[in-house]
Amino acid sequence: MTQLALVIDLNVCVGCHACVTSCKQWNTSGWAGPLVDHNPYDADPTGTFFNRVQTFEVGTFPLTETVHFPKSCLHCEDPPCVPVCPTGASYKRPDNGVVLVDYDKCIGCKYCSWACPYGAREVDEQQRVMKKCTLCIDRITDMRLPERERRPACVMACPTSARLFGDVHDPDSEVSVAIRERGGYQLMPEWGTRPSNHYLPRRKTALHINEDELVRADNPLRREDLTTYTGEEALDDVAW
Amino acid sequence: MHPALSVIFLTTLIGAGQGLFLALYTGQLYALANLLPAQGADFYVGGSLIALALLAAGLVASFFHLGRPERAWRAATQWRTSWLSREVLVLPLVMALIGAYGLAHYLGWTAPLFTLGGTIPVAPTLLIGLFGTMAVFALFLCTAMIYAAVKFLQEWHTPLTVANFTLLGIASGFLLAAGYSAWRGNQLVVFFGTWAVIATLLALVTRLAALARNRGLREGRGRKSTVQTAIGVRHSAVVQKAQGATGGSFNTREFFHGRTDATLQAVRNLFLLLVFVLPVGLIALGYGLESPTLPLVAFGVQYLGLLGERWHFFADARHPQNLYYQGVS
Repeated sequence: MTQLALVIDLNVCVGCHACVTSCKQWNTSGWAGPLVDHNPYDADPTGTFFNRVQTFEVGTFPLTETVHFPKSCLHCEDPPCVPVCPTGASYKRPDNGVVLVDYDKCIGCKYCSWACPYGAREVDEQQRVMKKCTLCIDRITDMRLPERERRPACVMACPTSARLFGDVHDPDSEVSVAIRERGGYQLMPEWGTRPSNHYLPRRKTALHINEDELVRADNPLRREDLTTYTGEEALDDVAW
Repeated sequence: MHPALSVIFLTTLIGAGQGLFLALYTGQLYALANLLPAQGADFYVGGSLIALALLAAGLVASFFHLGRPERAWRAATQWRTSWLSREVLVLPLVMALIGAYGLAHYLGWTAPLFTLGGTIPVAPTLLIGLFGTMAVFALFLCTAMIYAAVKFLQEWHTPLTVANFTLLGIASGFLLAAGYSAWRGNQLVVFFGTWAVIATLLALVTRLAALARNRGLREGRGRKSTVQTAIGVRHSAVVQKAQGATGGSFNTREFFHGRTDATLQAVRNLFLLLVFVLPVGLIALGYGLESPTLPLVAFGVQYLGLLGERWHFFADARHPQNLYYQGVS
């Protein structure tokens, strides 16, 4: 069974919010839009978003690190928000595992938002229904788009490629390999929700240079020419 | 959590209505055993109508919680998995059975259909009342389980939630029955009042236990999620610097009560006084003075207290999603 998901590399994310704005743009202008804002150009602007980037500071000054943390629906394998829905508006698509809300069935009781430990769901105050990340279901399933565009808007927009998209049930997919080989982890594993989205941890980056790398002892492209020249044409004189 | 007035009124009003019906039926059972003087049909009809009115008022209040009340009928479909859906089904059932109970008394269906064990005459009112009682307890369970079933809200995820909803509903209902009896001037005031006090004292035990449990959770004992598990960074010092929104969001409005800890404590002390202390004193005073109104006043005071109790129930619960919105809390 397919389980589509995002893998977000916290080591690469620079916190530019491009995923937030492109998500908002796509989903407010799509068939399920708008994603309503209130006072967008005034004091206390607020509105519905599927995706937000938060920032955390880890450590104590001066030994601190800034972690930019993109947060959206994790499309849990065992989504606690789905069984509590009294109308059946919340559901998990059996074919690709995306957790969705049927906006025509939702009565706006907000119970699903209480049953999500991640705070991934937001009420649209104007349409008065619950909304959440759809993994851009209208893009990724649209066969009229070329294959490279059948990806969520946030993934397309990320300038540092911090967001990977794919099937986490396929062991050979890009996301599965990333989770396996780069220490991918889930959020709040203590609740047993088994989020499909994974995060790749921050890593220490260190550069080690050995002496022989400086002299290029083993380098097949070494330029050190040990010949003693006596007027004849040298390698450097060749007009390339 | 942000306490929503609609849900506060829903749970307290239907609780009192359910309790009142249980009181009426208990009175009928005691009268059947000749432990209490039998009451005329108008006592049961009037009581059933008051219980119905409370349940209907609760139902109306619940609609104000919905973004799309015109689609509320859809909420009856997922009873296999959702306690909210189950409540949506059981609430009208309880109303129908209480209505039928009142109607049966009004029509005088008190002639025995058959006699159980040669001694107990079973009338239609008795049967309808029995089904009504079962439905009422099912409704207490459904209402409380809406909250107790959300495992992420650890303050709610305990059998104490079911005990509190049930006992407080029964207490306020029996107190209302005592007030109703006193107002009508019959002799059942002491009977209903005594059971109301017993239920109130039992509820005091379970509510204090829940408060003590919440205090432990507030101090971190047994709290499952931390900011470290929330973002998966294993470091003891993690401070949130930005929440992803300038002027707040649904997440900062729905999951925070926005009041100070001092307000919360004041509401707690007030509801402990109004729900548990004053009504017991007032009902005792009502016995002594044989007052026709003091038991009703006792109910009014306890109901006001229950509004505070329910407000505190919501405000005291901390959702794990708040870990992602630490600038608010």
